[in-house]
This record gives sequence, C-alpha cells and structure tokens, in this order.
Amino acid sequence: MKTPYSAFSLLRGALNGQKHWQPAWRDPEPRSSYDVIIIGGGGHGLATAYYLAKVHGITNVAVLEKSWIGGGNTGRNTTLVRSNYRLPQLHNLFEFGLKLWHGMSDELNYNVMFSPRGAMFLGHNDGDMIKLAERGDAMRCDGIDAELLSPKQIAKLEPLLDLSRGARFPIDGALIQWRAGTARHDAVAWGYARAADALGVDIIQKCEVTGFVRDGNRITGVETTRGRILGGRTGICVAGHSGQVAGLAGLKLPIESQTLQALVTEGVKPMVQSVVMSQSLHCYISQSDKGGIVMGGDPDNWPSYARRGQPTVVEGAIAQAVSIMPALSRLRMLRTWSGVTDMSFDGAPIIGPTPIDGLYLNGGWCYGGFKATPASGWTYAHTLATGKAHELNAPFSLERFMTGATIDETAVGPMPNHR
Amino acid sequence: MYEIACPHCGPRAQTEFTYERTVDAVVDPAADAHTAMQALFTRANPMGLDEEIWRHTYGCRAWMVLTRHRVTHVIEAVKAIGPEALA
Repeated sequence: MKTPYSAFSLLRGALNGQKHWQPAWRDPEPRSSYDVIIIGGGGHGLATAYYLAKVHGITNVAVLEKSWIGGGNTGRNTTLVRSNYRLPQLHNLFEFGLKLWHGMSDELNYNVMFSPRGAMFLGHNDGDMIKLAERGDAMRCDGIDAELLSPKQIAKLEPLLDLSRGARFPIDGALIQWRAGTARHDAVAWGYARAADALGVDIIQKCEVTGFVRDGNRITGVETTRGRILGGRTGICVAGHSGQVAGLAGLKLPIESQTLQALVTEGVKPMVQSVVMSQSLHCYISQSDKGGIVMGGDPDNWPSYARRGQPTVVEGAIAQAVSIMPALSRLRMLRTWSGVTDMSFDGAPIIGPTPIDGLYLNGGWCYGGFKATPASGWTYAHTLATGKAHELNAPFSLERFMTGATIDETAVGPMPNHR
Repeated sequence: MYEIACPHCGPRAQTEFTYERTVDAVVDPAADAHTAMQALFTRANPMGLDEEIWRHTYGCRAWMVLTRHRVTHVIEAVKAIGPEALA
C-alpha cells in the first residue's frame, strides 16, 4: 500500500527535498489472463476498475489503454459536473454520480478539485421558463436540488450577464443546481488510476486492442499490440471509438462519432462565479481555477474521427457566449480543441451486456460523459461483476433501441446529427 | 471547413450543406420490422470512407451522396440523387 497523500507527508517531504514522491501507479507487463479486462483507460474505465476492486473485491483486473490514461475525452471535456436532467432515468444516474463526486477527493485520497459552485440553465422566454420549471419539478420529485432564479437573483450571482431587455437573447430567469460545478478532469483519471492500482488492478498503457478471442458466441479475451490477454469478462469502455472496438467483435452499434469542440481564453481574475449554460442557444461558460474562461457549444453535426473541428461551430458558440455576457468579447482566445464523441441514437448512454456472451459495452455518452464518471464506473463495475445491470443502468441497455424504450431527453428521435 | 462540389451549383462552402444519414441507413419501405429498425438505429461508423447523404440545404436544396473519409475529410466522390439526377 502506498503512503497516503497528506499535508503531513508534504511537510515532512519539505524537510528532505520532496524526495519521498513515488510513481502514482505501477507500469506492469500484461499477464496472460485476468478475471475482467476493461478496454479503455479513461476516467470511466479506471473508475470501473476501482469499483470492481473496492466494492466487489475483484482485483484481478486489467485496464488496457492504447495510448496514455486520461488522454482521450477525459482530457478534452469542459469539466462540468451536474445532474439536472428532466428524465428520471438520466437524473437518477447522474445524481448518484454527483453524490460520489462530493466525496471523491476523500475517497480516492487525491484532490480532484471538485468545486460545487452551482450550474444554471438560462431561460430566454416564457417557453424556456415553463420547461425549466418542469425540469426543476421533475428533479425535486426525486430529491435533487433545483431552484428557479429571477433575473434579480441572477444579477447578484453573475453581474456580467446582459440582463437588459434590449439584449439579443433576453434573460427571463434560470434554473440553478447549487450542488453542481466543475472538477479537475485529469485528476479524476489519475486519482482513480492510483486508487485502483493500490488495490491490485493492472493499468497497462500503450496497449491497443486489435481483435477479440472468440469461442462460439463467447468472447474469451483480446488480441493486443502487446500479445493475447484472456479474460473472464471483457468490457468495452472507449466512448468516442465504441463503434470501432465493437466492430472488431462484429457488432454494429446505435452510435455515430462526431466532433465536439471547446475553447479556453487567457486567464483573468474571477468574472464567472458559477457555470452558465443556455440550452435554447447551446453554449456553456465557466471559469477554470487558473482563470481561463472555458466555453463550448454544439457538436459539428456530421460524422468525423478527426479530432479537429470546423471553425464556424466554435465561432457560433463564442457569438452566443458574447451575446449573453458581453464582457467576454474583450478576452483573447488561448486555444481550441476537440474530441470524438459517441453520439448515441437517443442521446443517452449505453451500459450493459451485448448480444455476445462475455462482452459488455459502456459507451454512447454523447457530449456529456465526464460528469457521469463515478456513476458510470460504479454501475459498469456492478454489471461486469455480476453479469447483470445495476438498477441505475438497467434502462440504458443496448436492446432499448430495438424495443422502443429509448431515453430521449431532447426528443429528436434517431438522428444524432439533429441533437 | 471544406468545400463540397454540389452537382448542381459547383463548389460551395461546407456550411451551406447539412448531413442527413448514411446510405445504408435509408429504410426500405418493404423491409421487415427488424431490418427497418437496424437501418434506423445502427451505423457501421467506420474510421474511413463511408457513403453519406448530404443536402445543399442553404443552396439549391438538392440531395446528394458523398463518399467521404471520416479522418482526413477528403471527399472522393459526389453523386446527385433524386429526380434531378434522373432528368
């Protein structure tokens, strides 16, 4: 067991030149077989490994990552954490996760810098406000905090928003979730990796899965760039590239990959206190702990694996952000980046068994997977440990698309490009 | 952003076009329920070339099929479809 991180060990380290630091996780050679193989070392895969070991006592687990852990969408999101969804299946799953977020730094002995600063959806007209009130009611029925704010209350929290009646997008109110906020995305992957490693999980980087080992309708292991590894159960956890990896097993998924972009400005003094989002427009604004204003908008709406987006989409998100918060126009953009998202055909994730025995799928997170990291890991670990879905992920089965039980928060039907 | 050579208007900015779905996702009215659901709800989603239906929505509004690479974004072919293509 590693020495826990603490203020005391830091102080003691100060006396001997901080020489006590050790690698946060091992770099093991893959063994020939494991009880559970998790494909994908992002936040979700690492969280799954951690909860398999911690909650289910299954420690003979490998996490296979083709490059470095947390280098995919875990490192490319806008770090927002919230559970303010209208549909009960979604808000119950995300709320379970939000509760885990609140205790995560203590649980992992790793500062994930979770900052519950409040996240608000703005309403720009009567229709928006009715929708927001309905959403808030639905959340409160399940014990999740939600509060409608008047423009006066919003002005107190975010004085830089344009609350005038002459605004391009007038602000009539907002729905805020105070327990929502942001976290340090890399730290989440590193924290789960370190804690899972300490429990005996092998985290194997630079190990790409190139095929599956099959025995009839059962997957019994994977072929990788570092040799064949056998597994009792194999879990795909590679959102963004789920279609690719599932395709190696001959599965065709209800997923289309699209680019989602984000951007950050130069660092400035505190100017955005909470997370400000508009779903009628589709932009979201928050300020990182370093001071940069982090913004994002719509996906590019056509299939791509390129990890580079169309500038006009970023331009659109910036135009929206500047119109609701004009002071942003004075900032200089530092950089933009993009990730490949698994756009599922109802906008909700897929966590559960596949038609192939021994093979499980966790993917389809669309543009909202980061916030779900702990809930995704918890429910996927349960599924991989028991072979059955946890009650929270039971609605998110792969069959739901064929049975018509889709979970379509935005009600646009099977068109990922219209979401 | 790139250019798409509309079969009717010539090269235009990609922002004038919208993506609809892949060719194999067009539901045959005669298909049985399972085949129709497969077409509606699943995609091959290759990390390479696929045949996609696009529309010149903010232009002549005609439909077309693009053979487009999903990593390089290179468009190998644009084919007109619909009554215009037959005329």
